[in-house]
Amino acid sequence: MTAIAMPAPDRNVLARRQEILSALQAIVPGEGVIHDEREMRAYETDALTAYRQLPLIVVLPETVEQVSRVLRYCHDNDVKVVPRGAGTSLSGGALPLEDGVLLSMMKFNRVLDIDFANRAVVVQPGVTNLGITRAVEHEGFYYAPDPSSQIACSIGGNIAENSGGVHCLKYGLTTNNVLSLEMVLITGEVIRLGGKHLDSEGYDLLALMTGSEGLLGVVTEVTVRILQKPETARALLIGFPTSEDGGRCVADIIAAGIIPGGMEMMDKPAIHAAEDFVHAGYPRDVEALLIVELDGPEGEVDYLIGRVEEIAGANGATHVRVSASEEERMTFWAGRKAAFPAVGRISPDYLCMDGTIPRRELPKVLARMRELAARHGLGVANVFHAGDGNLHPLILYDANKPGELEAAEAFGADILRLCVEVGGVLTGEHGVGIEKRDLMTDMFSEEDLKQQQRVKCAFDEKHLLNPGKVFPVLHRCAELGKMHVHKGQLPFPDIPRF
Amino acid sequence: MDATFKPSDARQVEDAVKWAAAEDQPLEIIGHGSKRGLGRPVQAAHVLDLSDLTGVESYEPAELVLTVKAGTPIAEVENLVDGNGQELSFEPMDYGPLLGVEAGRGTIGGVLAANLSGPRRIKSGAARDHILGMEAVSGRGEIFNSGGKVVKNVTGYDLPRALCGAYGTLAVATTVTLKVNPKPEISATFVLSGLGEDDAVNALCQAMGSSAEVSGAAHLPAGIDGGEARTVLRLEGFETSVDYRFKTLEKLLKPFGQPARLGETASRDLWRTIRDVKPFAGGNTPVWRVSVAPTAGPQLVGLLKAKGDIQAFFDWSGGLVWLSCTDGEIHDREIRAALDETGGGHATLVRADPSVRANVAVFQPQPIPLAGLARRLKEQFDPKGILNPGRMVSGV
Repeated sequence: MTAIAMPAPDRNVLARRQEILSALQAIVPGEGVIHDEREMRAYETDALTAYRQLPLIVVLPETVEQVSRVLRYCHDNDVKVVPRGAGTSLSGGALPLEDGVLLSMMKFNRVLDIDFANRAVVVQPGVTNLGITRAVEHEGFYYAPDPSSQIACSIGGNIAENSGGVHCLKYGLTTNNVLSLEMVLITGEVIRLGGKHLDSEGYDLLALMTGSEGLLGVVTEVTVRILQKPETARALLIGFPTSEDGGRCVADIIAAGIIPGGMEMMDKPAIHAAEDFVHAGYPRDVEALLIVELDGPEGEVDYLIGRVEEIAGANGATHVRVSASEEERMTFWAGRKAAFPAVGRISPDYLCMDGTIPRRELPKVLARMRELAARHGLGVANVFHAGDGNLHPLILYDANKPGELEAAEAFGADILRLCVEVGGVLTGEHGVGIEKRDLMTDMFSEEDLKQQQRVKCAFDEKHLLNPGKVFPVLHRCAELGKMHVHKGQLPFPDIPRF
Repeated sequence: MDATFKPSDARQVEDAVKWAAAEDQPLEIIGHGSKRGLGRPVQAAHVLDLSDLTGVESYEPAELVLTVKAGTPIAEVENLVDGNGQELSFEPMDYGPLLGVEAGRGTIGGVLAANLSGPRRIKSGAARDHILGMEAVSGRGEIFNSGGKVVKNVTGYDLPRALCGAYGTLAVATTVTLKVNPKPEISATFVLSGLGEDDAVNALCQAMGSSAEVSGAAHLPAGIDGGEARTVLRLEGFETSVDYRFKTLEKLLKPFGQPARLGETASRDLWRTIRDVKPFAGGNTPVWRVSVAPTAGPQLVGLLKAKGDIQAFFDWSGGLVWLSCTDGEIHDREIRAALDETGGGHATLVRADPSVRANVAVFQPQPIPLAGLARRLKEQFDPKGILNPGRMVSGV
């Protein structure tokens, strides 16, 4: 097993498995409860496949009432619960617990209401991200956040992870596109937040829920904002002799007041892997390749293509191509979109990291990453959401060679520490999960993390929902609630008073 | 001892709150005090005044990121980014004209605490959509950091966003990091005249559902800020693009009549008027801010006009209804009943005497499980209940 340890299972719960199974079968009838080891294998991991664990029992409820009763039972009987959508988390957010019920929401798969006039779509959480767009595209609409797993990932999982995608610099993350949620607390209470209206007053629990990685509540219904598809989109493929030139070009595009629909950068190893795989026509003699996509009204896109061409030229681009057709635009993207499988071809295994850095630090971070690669004896290829500074280093390793996974994890941790050191963060869109859990102390102080865990206490005092994720140390809520007050001892002589 | 504490750094804020927590002394948290008339009146013996907690910590126009102390005047923040061709695209409204206090006041901390926005909310989001990170002092008197200083970050719970709109009842922000955006090259307004409310909101919703990238969609009925009804749509961006999209709207909304076009200055003035609710400025009638699904706006107003003498206009494509109760009544029951009847939403009493705001639910009452969760959240941040007690809900 690898470096990240999960909490020790509760022997008492393991011993009560039969009793828990019967209770759950009484709530969710028929095939909605899975307890056969072979059938439960399908749930033992998510997209962080280095980690596997069979759950205690798998439950697939079909109604909000069932979700509520399952959670209330688990709450009353001190049984842990791991919620799961499509299981595409790259950070181990849906990794089961040996002593925990795995709550799959994939039977909640219906689109409930499409309201074009109010640009709102109400769906159940198991509907896929792309499924929302599919439901509205006949009227020219789409749902903007587009994580690369959008064919498979569920909107409930998108809420849990606050998913992004290629277009989020212009159109925002999940949190900026959600209008309403219905959720169930671990106590079984059903709570509705927001609606088809904007900015409900009262505490912004929508903000807290979005990106909470399944630790606060189980989402049973989601209302999202849809947008009319841009009239057109065109892309430029721009090659640079150095990553500094590429970085400066990105900064100059933004300084010119242009927010592209997508702006992706790849480094030389990624360019070569992608080109070998899909033959997208990428130049091989450049250090950095930029894809800039401009979307919007035709009149605007044509004008901005010209502006970006000028900016690229002024920044030493050695290679500039503008898509002349929709087919050519798709070809530009084909390489980038195939970057992960392309890297999968040149290496038996890879780890996909997800830090964000201030863009100006890109050349420094790439240089330091090369040093780290040499030290850990592993290769790395980089793809980069250049507009928002979200870096995805792909660390190449071979799980069959003893010690290589551990080396890859150590290399990844060093990269994320580097991101924090230059003013960035541990994760831009994949979530903390278990993968980055033990690095949280590199970004936050103990007090910062305690205040986050106090939020957890308001929702789930017993720490039963998805424990072992996000936080490296679990503090009991009673301990977190203690205050160390020193009455009459604080004369605060320095504060100006009137 | 009634004191006003005026800290000039985060450590002093921490000391003041620590003391207040130890001595069970509630604090009213203010910046310029320009929005003191919003929400319920706070019962606190002492004032924590953040207006000396000012200054820009870092501003990286190329990164679209700005970090400032929470007491920095909003006017100063807007001037700074404007000088770099950027803006706060959530377009925070100025409550000054409506509440009868000096215009142009307020701090960035206050803007975030009230989660302000403006007409551009429908395209670009509210204040909460632009916060990236925050340093704050909890009601426990402890400094904590959350979020980050980059535009894309999902590390840990999104506390900075959740603290927006909490009216200073959970924590006192000391430093905030915001996402800024490029300022559009030009702005123009597409104006249709003489439409009734149903037609107007229909036209607005069609425009919002088009690819015209509308950044303001409002309806001013006859008698509100002028004689004739005006249905207005704002277009912003590069000049060629604005011209192109104006034609798109012309084609799309042809059945609603021939449009007029307002240029830069007239457009700016009009949207400032809408943003700051100037049609209801200067009076003392009760004013409500109601958020509903856009298509429900006209129906809601129709129901209410049958109950009393009420004036209304619409922003956010019909979804933000500003109501002035010209008969002087509060109409809280009628407004909330009408909301229930039209699909739900939120009604907030934004202008009324303090005695009224102490006795009427100023914010939309919450169902019991939600109110319970909100109360537990408050207890986790502010167990002694010393930060702006009662500002949002009595006893919280």
